[in-house]
Amino acid sequence: MKLYDGGKIIIGLLIFVGIATFPFYYNIGKVNAKPEPKVDTPAIQEWEKQYGKKECVESKEFMRTEHMQLINLWRDSVVRNMNRQYISTSNHKKFNMSLQNGCMQCHSNKKKFCDECHNYMAVKPFCWDCHIQPKEKEENKS
Amino acid sequence: MSMDRRQFLKIAGISSILGFGASVANATHPIWVKGLDPSQVEPNKDALTAKRWAMVVDMSKFKTDEDFKKTIDACHLTHNVPDFRNPDGSVDTRKEIKWIWKAAYENAFPGQPNKFMDEHLKEMPFLVLCNHCDNPPCVRVCPTKATFKLPNGITMQDMHRCIGCRFCMAGCPYGARSFNWVDPRKAINPERENKEYPTRTKGVVEKCTFCSERLEIGKMPACVEAAPKGGLVFGDIEDPNSEVRKIVSTKYTIRRKSDLGTGPAVYYLIGGSDHA
Repeated sequence: MKLYDGGKIIIGLLIFVGIATFPFYYNIGKVNAKPEPKVDTPAIQEWEKQYGKKECVESKEFMRTEHMQLINLWRDSVVRNMNRQYISTSNHKKFNMSLQNGCMQCHSNKKKFCDECHNYMAVKPFCWDCHIQPKEKEENKS
Repeated sequence: MSMDRRQFLKIAGISSILGFGASVANATHPIWVKGLDPSQVEPNKDALTAKRWAMVVDMSKFKTDEDFKKTIDACHLTHNVPDFRNPDGSVDTRKEIKWIWKAAYENAFPGQPNKFMDEHLKEMPFLVLCNHCDNPPCVRVCPTKATFKLPNGITMQDMHRCIGCRFCMAGCPYGARSFNWVDPRKAINPERENKEYPTRTKGVVEKCTFCSERLEIGKMPACVEAAPKGGLVFGDIEDPNSEVRKIVSTKYTIRRKSDLGTGPAVYYLIGGSDHA
């Protein structure tokens, strides 16, 4: 079997493979950095001092996977049914169902909490188009 | 076995629902399917409640420009309503967002004025806002149920659901709704914004909510608190002992365009400046 213009074709193929796999070797080590959301805001530390442990409105595992549905349901409850208090099924405490006046009062570190995972997963929720995000120091940007 | 296209699609459809659907349903938490249990939520214990919220605007109490300004600013600052201005400082009426504003008598009550009416009445501005109608056209035309009636009579809206079709603006006979043509944050002073309330985004329609969010935590509407004493009276019109009911049942009040059958819940007491 004879490969006509073999040299050109092989060089072309090598260039193609190089370009096609560029994103993979370019990002080696970078993207694999695990997102590490921080739960160490002053409000959370205060909570820990008062109750002896860090706790959210539901368990950590639940919040990790289902928080988006929970806050969707909260919105319907508040806006449409006028029920503003949430009674936790995990610790039976009452919480104000509100992003600005609830969630973000503890999680005042949006960049190190929300964005940490959302950026990693490349999801762009549009909460902050309307809801006012907490003021953070610029140094957190990096 | 031969099979026509229709049969194939039927079988393919059913099997994908059974297989795929079942695996998805099993993989997710029940909260995605069942939502919140009623036992998980309750109203705020301080909430003000009513069978039917209503407002009386006593025009005799609004004497100076400052009286109007104070009332309007209180609302607009509480709800992060943008203030679009032209380069010369006048209001940019093409982008303007209004929750509560001033209108001339002939605009607020078309059909009422006559040629020889009281000059004062003719010239005086009226405080107008969403009328929270019993039978609101905006709710009827909204294709996404973004605007809806709460059981207490408030015509409420869920900004998350608004698709910006502006049917409600065409439906509303009071011009109570404003559309966000541009990002409202461009015209909100970050130092004066209310951190407890969201802004809106480009492409949604907004209006007065009778301060539903304040009533639910036990506060009176922002405009009522800021208005001159007795200028705005707010309460449950179905409660025979409420102040609004007493005013409406003992004095002559008018409502805007009540002949349209929308059943507005904002009543105007007009008595010139020296009685009522």
